[in-house]
Amino acid sequence: MPEQFYWGLEAAFNGLMTGVLYALVALGFVLIYKASGIFNYAQGVMALFAAMTLVGIMEGQVPFSHLINATFGTEVHHFGWHLPAVLGILLTVGVMILFAWVVQKVVFKHLIGQEPIILFMATIGLAYFMEGLGDLMWGSDIKTLKVGLPQGTNMWLDETTYRLFGYGFFINNLDIVATVIAIALVAALVMFSQYTKQGRAMRAVADDHQAALSVGINLNFIWVLVWSLAGFVALVAGVMWGASSGVQFSLSLIALKALPVLMLGGFTSIPGAIVGGLIIGVGEKLFEFIVGPMVGGATENWFAYVLALIFLVFRPQGLFGDKIIERV
Amino acid sequence: MNMTAQDDGYITADGRKIGPVMMEMKNITLRFGGVKAITDISFDIREGEIRAIIGPNGAGKSSMLNVISGFYVPQEGEVWYKGAKRPPMKPFQVARQGIARTFQNIALFEGMSVLDNVMTGRLNYMKTNMFQQGLWFGKAQREEVENRESVEKIIDFLEIQSIRKTPVSRLPYGLKKRVELARALAAEPTLLLLDEPMAGMNVEEKEDMSRFILDVNDEFGTTIALIEHDMGVVMDLSDRVVVMDYGKKIGDGSPDEVRNNQDVIDAYLGVAHD
Ligand SMILES: Nc1ncnc2c1ncn2[C@@H]1O[C@H](COP(=O)(O)OP(=O)(O)OP(=O)(O)O)[C@@H](O)[C@H]1O
Ligand SMILES: [Mg+2]
Repeated sequence: MPEQFYWGLEAAFNGLMTGVLYALVALGFVLIYKASGIFNYAQGVMALFAAMTLVGIMEGQVPFSHLINATFGTEVHHFGWHLPAVLGILLTVGVMILFAWVVQKVVFKHLIGQEPIILFMATIGLAYFMEGLGDLMWGSDIKTLKVGLPQGTNMWLDETTYRLFGYGFFINNLDIVATVIAIALVAALVMFSQYTKQGRAMRAVADDHQAALSVGINLNFIWVLVWSLAGFVALVAGVMWGASSGVQFSLSLIALKALPVLMLGGFTSIPGAIVGGLIIGVGEKLFEFIVGPMVGGATENWFAYVLALIFLVFRPQGLFGDKIIERV
Repeated sequence: MNMTAQDDGYITADGRKIGPVMMEMKNITLRFGGVKAITDISFDIREGEIRAIIGPNGAGKSSMLNVISGFYVPQEGEVWYKGAKRPPMKPFQVARQGIARTFQNIALFEGMSVLDNVMTGRLNYMKTNMFQQGLWFGKAQREEVENRESVEKIIDFLEIQSIRKTPVSRLPYGLKKRVELARALAAEPTLLLLDEPMAGMNVEEKEDMSRFILDVNDEFGTTIALIEHDMGVVMDLSDRVVVMDYGKKIGDGSPDEVRNNQDVIDAYLGVAHD
């Protein structure tokens, strides 16, 4: 086998991790969109906010310390503790649930029955608000996230593949762990929506609000639930991204990459979000590897969008999305 | 038939026992902007009764059903249920009080199978928490089996076994109406509200549906309020009839009384004569 082939394969593997991240963010979009018809622009910022909160809690940072110090002339910054990752994650999940509840209570409860574009605008507002809130609570500096995920090249894979093919694959441990976690998360979500009372109610709400009400489902509760789930998915995405590149503003921009993923996978399909994420993650790495050198590189910036555009033309409902049939 | 308001009910001509008043609407007025959909209407529904609401198009019948089920909130008037005044309630809260309904325009979960649709009717009977369910613990499993059994009974009862696994979106109109009834019945309601359960059906389907409605009332003792345009069906099925026209009540009584009421005859112009 030519070296070129192995390099390409390696590039594809490395794209998996990015793909998993895209998929997770897209998954958050799908959850909320299916249940409420809201296109949540803030999903990426939620990932950033969740990761910042996790770091802040684990490091024992005092939230709003800048504000507190400026107002009262105090000098508080740290509680002086370091929490283990598990506890930090649990507390952050709590924060995300609280956030979901507040968003529903303060914003979307008052916008029931409004046009989708108005709901969308509300989420843009929400995104900028959260960005500011995150900075105000935890400071805007770049943070490192240490939750004990393994880093570095997987030596075992490197050596094994070298022995087998004469070429050692460089695969990052973090990529492997992230992929496994993402698979587990999706499996758990599917189990939840298929076999639990709340999951069934969630599917019912996603299908028909009126019918859901008539069988006694509390829509508000379900909406808080899906925002909480989306918050949890955002946290997982934030942790993975944060562990590999640090917790910083660029994290919120992966949400923009989730858009083409949704075009590919369909806005209402959970498997679509996963497959779409992986296709784009792997596709853009491969494309950069193969075509990049010919056109001077930097294809990763636009590849996803062009692919999505092509999809829009030929299959507007995406790979797995519900077929759009205009009723006349 | 004796219609006087004896508080503990009466016995019908065919020997069914009708109980005391279960639901009472007092001076209900409902407006949409300038449109008055319901004007100062009062009537009651007794336990075990089949109560029909009739009237020409746009009379406000569906609006009344929506008020009972909490989908519309009237500007004036009171709703009394089981002897107590009902505070303002969301539709899901009304449903949890044992009031199930179907819709004039059918509201099913189109993406689900017939079985899954009917199962949603039992959501409020599922008590174990989500972690037990997620892990499929003994209690959750038993609960699931029990709910499945009662759903299967209803599916047998309405004779839709053969389409159990069919996605609802593929069913013809008449069967969809039946599935919607099945879902409402799965909740084991004390009061069942049916908005035009036979609309768009052929004669044979209508006969089936009439039989089901009578059987539900007879076998489960379910109180039923239904809206229907087919006069023959209404006269056959119902114990008492409320007649609405332009948002006002113009008649209330046994099918015979209503049939001979001059206001009703005028509103329907001959339909009541057959
Ligand atoms: N959600 C709504 N918004 C505005 N107007 C409404 C609404 N629902 C009903 N109406 C109006 O209230 C009046 C009564 O309508 P309703 O649907 O209750 O009549 P109906 O007796 O059920 O008629 P049909 O036999 O055609 O079903 C109509 O004028 C209708 O346009
Ligand atoms: Mg109607």
